[in-house]
Amino acid sequence: MSEASTSLKLADRAARVTPDGVAKPIRGLSDRAIAWFFIGPTILLLLAINIFPLIWTIYLSFTNYRANKPNADVKMVGLQWYQKILTDSDVWLAMQTTAHFVVWTIVVETVLGFGLAWLIDKKFRGHGIWTTVILIPMMLSPAVIGNFWTFLYQPQSGLFNYGVSFLTGIDPSSFQMLGSVTLSPWAIVIVDAWMWTPYVMLICLAGLRSIPDYIYEAAEVDRASPWRQFWSITVPMALPFIMLAVLFRGIENFKMFDMVNLLTGGGPGSTTEVVSITLKRQAFESWRTGYSSALAIILFVTVFGLANIYVKALNRVKQR
Amino acid sequence: MSDLAQAHSVVAPSTTTRRIAGALVITYALITMIPLLWIVATSFKTPPDSIAYPPKIVFTPSLEGYVNLFTTRTRQSPEVLATLPPPTAWYDKLVRSRNMVIAGPSNVIPRFVNSIIIAFGSTFLAVFLGTLSAYGFSRFRVPLKDDLLFFILSTRMMPPIAVAIPIYLMYRELGLTDTKLGMILLYTAVNVSLAVWLLKGFIDEIPREYEEAAMIDGYTRLQAFRKAVLPQAATGIAATAIFCLIFAWNEYAFAVLLTSGNAQTMPPFIPFIIGEGGQDWPAVAAATTLFVIPILVFTILLRKHLLRGITFGAVRK
Repeated sequence: MSEASTSLKLADRAARVTPDGVAKPIRGLSDRAIAWFFIGPTILLLLAINIFPLIWTIYLSFTNYRANKPNADVKMVGLQWYQKILTDSDVWLAMQTTAHFVVWTIVVETVLGFGLAWLIDKKFRGHGIWTTVILIPMMLSPAVIGNFWTFLYQPQSGLFNYGVSFLTGIDPSSFQMLGSVTLSPWAIVIVDAWMWTPYVMLICLAGLRSIPDYIYEAAEVDRASPWRQFWSITVPMALPFIMLAVLFRGIENFKMFDMVNLLTGGGPGSTTEVVSITLKRQAFESWRTGYSSALAIILFVTVFGLANIYVKALNRVKQR
Repeated sequence: MSDLAQAHSVVAPSTTTRRIAGALVITYALITMIPLLWIVATSFKTPPDSIAYPPKIVFTPSLEGYVNLFTTRTRQSPEVLATLPPPTAWYDKLVRSRNMVIAGPSNVIPRFVNSIIIAFGSTFLAVFLGTLSAYGFSRFRVPLKDDLLFFILSTRMMPPIAVAIPIYLMYRELGLTDTKLGMILLYTAVNVSLAVWLLKGFIDEIPREYEEAAMIDGYTRLQAFRKAVLPQAATGIAATAIFCLIFAWNEYAFAVLLTSGNAQTMPPFIPFIIGEGGQDWPAVAAATTLFVIPILVFTILLRKHLLRGITFGAVRK
């Protein structure tokens, strides 16, 4: 816990931050009371709506409770669900699908996002306006936009297929982005990249802007080639920021639900069934509350665990 | 302005480099805008135009999508239509030309109102609680401060689906299922973590001397907070509020799992706008356009704070 907390502080410091706790305490008897009065309600709300449900989920994961049969006897079943999930090939498949999405979206978004940030950092005329334009998709609702992309992906009338056929000459009705087993995962990656590349770009841009000019000036004096400057200064100095972007995107995409649910609903077959979709099916369609609670805990622990491992790596990069 | 300064710097990119960079970025921006422009264009098409192939870039604008969005219609036989008095309003005529009559308003307005109430309600609460907590964390010695701050942040790491089950059960016990209050509380809880982290950053930047001076002048701690800190933090509070608003406005997972009618917001509603024989894409596009406009405005207002907001203030610009 403290590991991740220190790393967040590091992330904080990476971009010159207000030092914490440097100011002297202010006199006044009631300050302690005021502090709790200020912080208490937030903590209570989070306990009630986040921690209590989480603890309840843990409890439910050991029972055979079904939310659609609230009056049935609840029996403790021990670790049965966990055992079942960890040996269930469908769950492993969903985990793999999720991992594929996480990896591919990160690769595409990082390459595009860093490239864009690098270009914008050249400060061409009007870069401010165009940066704002690029940022728009990221602010929209993934669900609403995802839904509209099903329209863009229509094989008969969709703009996407038309565009592809316009550029490549392939018959537009010969491929179905959302209906084909091979293409549907890519359909989601494309929409995700469309929405979230700006996010990576923004963080990378902050990284690039944090590199002081004098380093480049020194390199210039040393007659380092632009190529050399890019790989020896730009990339390493922006790396903590790139990794931060990857961390945030990774956590978000591990939970990916909105877009997948509306674009493909997990289909065709189960080619795009990510863990969140499995979870929703088990919890709210099959009403296997105990089973889905166990899966929720496994998902949560995975996100948390991976984030912590990654954060350690992030720290190492920063301490270099 | 900075052009002059850059002229003296050895590392300033050449004009050609900058032009190429600009051209590439603008190309990307234009490509990325196509889907959005397409949504707006589709909202002004007729249903047949919307599914024409090749896609119609030039078309006669129509408000049919918007009419269909706001109404429910029934198909009538020509004989029945002949017996009806001639349509007067333009939207009646439009619907009548498709052999239909308007049966009544659609659900879109209540859904929109729900979105507004839930988004604004939860934003207000999250910013209120967040401001107090952020001030508390910024100015007081709180035991386990770092752990509490991390705890607050970690609640945001939870997949919504993972907590949706017990929240669903809890709300069922409390009678909060499918209520606006329930959704407001839920979104407040999700947003408060962002609000605390962001606002702490903003408040940290306000010199303590302001309050100290105020307190030396005889103000109490609370008065000093209100009169010296809040006005200074106003920009930060506004930026935080817009971030919370955007989240609550766009949220889908909880909305689709925990609401069905009474408290349903726009995101779960829009995909289910159905027309005759399948999805009525102009109406969906109209709903999406109306839904997205506030966010566009906010994005432009927010552009200076975007980075801070999306990284919980962990990175500053």
